[in-house]
Amino acid sequence: MHTLTAYIEGIGLLGPGLTDWPTSQAVLSGRQPYQPHKTVLPSPALLPAAERRRSGAAVKLTLATGLEAIAAAGLDAAGLPSVFAASGGDGENCHAICEMLASDDRQISPTRFHNSAHNAAAGYWSIATGTMATSSVLGAFDASFGAGLLEALTQVVVDNTRTVLLACDTAYPEPLYSARPIPDALGIALVLAPQRSAQALAQITVSLTDAIADQLDDAALESLRLAIPAARGLPLLRGIALRQDKHLVLDYLDSTRLAVAITPC
Amino acid sequence: MNPLWLSHFTATSSIGRGLDQALAALRQRRTGLAPCAFDTVDLATFIGEVAGVDAVQLPARLAEFDCRNNRLALLGLTQDGFAEAVRTAIAKYGAQRIGVFLGTSTSGILQTELAYRRRDPVTGSLPTDFIYRTTHSTFSVADFTRHYFGLTGPAVVVSSACSSSAKVYGSARRMMAAGLIDAAVVGGVDSLCLTTMYGFSSLGLISEQACRPFDAQRNGISIGEAAAFALLERAPEHLDADAVLLLGIGESSDAYHMSSPHPDGLGARMAMQDALKMAGLKSSDIDYINLHGTATQSNDAAEGKAVQHVFGSGTPCSSTKGATGHTLGAAGGVEAVICALALQHGLLPAGLNIRQLDPTLDLDYVLDNREQPVTHILSNSFGFGGSNCSLIFSRAD
Repeated sequence: MHTLTAYIEGIGLLGPGLTDWPTSQAVLSGRQPYQPHKTVLPSPALLPAAERRRSGAAVKLTLATGLEAIAAAGLDAAGLPSVFAASGGDGENCHAICEMLASDDRQISPTRFHNSAHNAAAGYWSIATGTMATSSVLGAFDASFGAGLLEALTQVVVDNTRTVLLACDTAYPEPLYSARPIPDALGIALVLAPQRSAQALAQITVSLTDAIADQLDDAALESLRLAIPAARGLPLLRGIALRQDKHLVLDYLDSTRLAVAITPC
Repeated sequence: MNPLWLSHFTATSSIGRGLDQALAALRQRRTGLAPCAFDTVDLATFIGEVAGVDAVQLPARLAEFDCRNNRLALLGLTQDGFAEAVRTAIAKYGAQRIGVFLGTSTSGILQTELAYRRRDPVTGSLPTDFIYRTTHSTFSVADFTRHYFGLTGPAVVVSSACSSSAKVYGSARRMMAAGLIDAAVVGGVDSLCLTTMYGFSSLGLISEQACRPFDAQRNGISIGEAAAFALLERAPEHLDADAVLLLGIGESSDAYHMSSPHPDGLGARMAMQDALKMAGLKSSDIDYINLHGTATQSNDAAEGKAVQHVFGSGTPCSSTKGATGHTLGAAGGVEAVICALALQHGLLPAGLNIRQLDPTLDLDYVLDNREQPVTHILSNSFGFGGSNCSLIFSRAD
């Protein structure tokens, strides 16, 4: 059994009814009720004005969660490798492009086009933070969180480096929504490190498993977990919020899931 | 890094189906680019279209995956005995011990573009036969591939624009080194669609002619499509002399602009230097550089400066996009296979469509095919958003 071990040094979270990691811990651990409301995306202050105007939801979401996690870890984003995991690109932007391409006027704008790239958020992240370190940009449909976590862990373990995982998905408008019903934006960011440090929150050890994925007890949180691919990582955050040794299974592919052992630091 | 063995590989692009046709085209300096007659596209440009993609039929059990991108994937997988090699690897390692890492930029988005032409005039809804998950979804081509072979190990799509199918080698390397898998199906598939053609046109980056990488008068890309695959395994102790190994990977970000490279190629420099470092090689060890060479003014100028900085002017180099076109998310994968052919056959492929080499770029740009022993090759792939990846491939001897 091959396992991958890393230390979580910082967490960022933004989603429906989950406004940041410090205030969400009580909700995820069941000490406070979960009250869903639409995700509010902050304006990305770190971006130059021109880029800020052009940035879509995924850019705002990953900058918010990524910077939260990195600040919590007491790190500087410059020099930090990153892993972006998202089921798809910007749905609003994709809708606008497909609508134009089906019309008589196919002259889509340059901004629409570069924002359509799956790695738009990673590009803006690099510009905003000035980091020239590598960024892996992944997609695995509903398995995207698990795929991102595996990629980040292999960076940490094999290349002996810190990295930041930015899992995020954003809402799809109709008519795409009927084909891919992602209702709202949710992002989870994790700073992962190869060695234990003073700021480490928890040690995680991950392996592949055939076991079925854990569900969340709260019905509304469980429906959120199933509705937004990035939210498949919420059981991990719940496990960390509980601050006790815990074994859990995260959803990944239909053929394999991720067994996670959490030890608080 | 521990060297990884490309035990099998194949590429299908506008210069041919499989290795024999690709090698013959390179030897004959034949381009696959032709005036665009794709779908209803009304742009004056050349494209690298793969013949016969729409005639490919997916197995009935995988019918929901049917779209141009997965048809092209299947066409590619069934060349050069590649599919049989994957099945042999499954028998050897087990289906759960083989990962799938594929690059694409637009996946099956053409399926959605076509569906938008058939929206319900009253409700605006998409036609009921449109399935997002198995066609347009970024993951679709990797999901198709794992289902085609019955693979149950880790699977992912890397989608960092035009570096995608180079960066898959990095993800596969890490996963293999971590011990989670014993082999990996890596590569890239990208297919023609309106989003990229009208998108690059909006940026003024599409040439009206067949693209001319590193030419003084270059004026943009020619979009192509391709499917390229390699089966990566740990290098055994004894290998044939002409076996191809992956020795080094360098990855970086530009932190500069969404659709323009850093003007001095700073990120590109870092990627090349990191690849050399990982391979334990000096720049003078590299016999040939397969350039990203898109034929935009900015890419070739920035890449030329970066290559000059790392290698000086003496290392032979060329872009093969004058032959294949820019196959975007499949480009790194296609060019990895071209590098493998160059190593095995001692061929430095000429860059095509040059009238006058850019005099401001002081490089040994290969204008005529050169037949010579080749031991180490570096391949560059750079993408939108400043995503850079350099790979080093070498002969086992």
